[in-house]
Amino acid sequence: MQAPRIVVQGFTACFDGKPAVKNLDLEIFPNERLAIIGPASSGKTTFLRSLNRLNDLDHGFTHSGKILHDGKDIYDADVDVAELRRKIGMVYAVPVPLPWSIYDNLVYGLRLAGIRDRTTLDERVEKALGYAVLWDEVKDRLHEPANVLSGGQQQRLCIARVLVLEPDVLILDEPCSGLDPISTGKIEDALVALKERTSIVLVTNNTKQAARASDRTAFFLLGDLVEVGPTAQLFTKPTQKKTNDYLVGQFG
Amino acid sequence: MKRDRLIGAVLLVVALSAISGLALIAAFIFREGVPIILRVGAGQFFLSTDWEPSLGHFGILSMLGGSLAVTLGAAVIGIVFSLGLAIVLTQFAPPGLAAALKPAIELLAGIPSVVYGFVGVVTLVPLIRHALGGPGLSVLAASIVLGIMILPTITSIAIDALQAVPRSYVEGSIALGATRWQTVTMVLLRAARSGIVAAVILGMGRAIGETMAVIMVAGNALALPHSLLDPVRTLTSNIALEMGYASGDHRQALFATGVTLFVIITLLNTAALAVSRRRAGRRRVG
Repeated sequence: MQAPRIVVQGFTACFDGKPAVKNLDLEIFPNERLAIIGPASSGKTTFLRSLNRLNDLDHGFTHSGKILHDGKDIYDADVDVAELRRKIGMVYAVPVPLPWSIYDNLVYGLRLAGIRDRTTLDERVEKALGYAVLWDEVKDRLHEPANVLSGGQQQRLCIARVLVLEPDVLILDEPCSGLDPISTGKIEDALVALKERTSIVLVTNNTKQAARASDRTAFFLLGDLVEVGPTAQLFTKPTQKKTNDYLVGQFG
Repeated sequence: MKRDRLIGAVLLVVALSAISGLALIAAFIFREGVPIILRVGAGQFFLSTDWEPSLGHFGILSMLGGSLAVTLGAAVIGIVFSLGLAIVLTQFAPPGLAAALKPAIELLAGIPSVVYGFVGVVTLVPLIRHALGGPGLSVLAASIVLGIMILPTITSIAIDALQAVPRSYVEGSIALGATRWQTVTMVLLRAARSGIVAAVILGMGRAIGETMAVIMVAGNALALPHSLLDPVRTLTSNIALEMGYASGDHRQALFATGVTLFVIITLLNTAALAVSRRRAGRRRVG
């Protein structure tokens, strides 16, 4: 087995002193799709936003424990947070392209990273749009405003603008919650292909999606990690009663 | 139902009388002011610096220049400080500090202008006189005092414009590896641009119409300013200073000055409205 890309050790995240994620231990491996399931306010999103330090934007946020990315604690004082966020790319539940053209959305992250060469930008854009299964739909209108795209296309654009940065880990927070089944299918297909080049962490409220589109699944409940294991095993033979209760729909 | 209709009718009468009051004032100013402009000749009236009412010379160019210089100066100062303030309060300050500072800024708008002018005369004018030379009463002094006076207007509208930018733009930008500051300059200010422009225009409208504070610190000399340290007289000051003894043509010329101000401020407000309408229209599409 390969060395894990991300190692979470005893990680606790609090908002205004109230814990949202408690004493979490979890590993994320290269080339895997890890799904995180659990009812509302179980700490799934907080955990994701801890991985790219987006929680830092919240003034009430405090944490303890460690999150190691390739062996280095991402909360160390000498970490370049902007660089970290390029390596651990995030996609949100609601696709929100910036109010510019499709192309400008895609190259924004690269420009921030200091890449100006037009040829490089164009190549990376085409590749990323290919991975996000969007190239054919937008190749002739890259300079149109991004908000003319449909919801599903906008979400794939948001995935592509992260992929263009060639991240180690792609974290997605309920990326299909507002999408129709066809768009959802396209995104799930893209994830299958993408795990060749990155780790994927997919938070989802849809247990069927977790069953379909992941290799391992973690079940969160009220800030605790109840259980994590290969998806097939967790869905057929969960070791914890709480997991079973959730999966058969007895709560949440 | 019957009572509702009655109340509706009463309110309509009240509303119409308020509006017609304003309309009458406007009509009156124009009736008093426009004939003298025509008699003197618009070119002469607006483009001559010769204002000598006792000799029948009515050229308001010095005052136009004075108003313009002071307003632009105030706009520069207002933009720098208001934008900085709005950015810090919406993006960087902890929520507690923002909550404490915002009402404090709004309080600034409640201070009477004569107080601003008085503080300016007592502190700012001597400071400029000693540090930079000249009489102290100057374009610079008026710009600074006016800049501070329009700060609450620009800041509060700019804060609204910045807060109207969806938080998801900011988070999206940061998640793509932008620093807070890069997000401010590349995403936030671009998205809020029209609101900020509207804020500045409205601030300028206030600045050009302000009278009391300007009379106290601008020096009121009747000449086009050549430097920031020159004293100037603005359109508003001119009306306030001379109305006490003006009669006949002179009085009408002061009304004509008022017409000029009225038109300038109406244009500024219309521009601000147009800019912010365009923003609202775009948002519906987006």
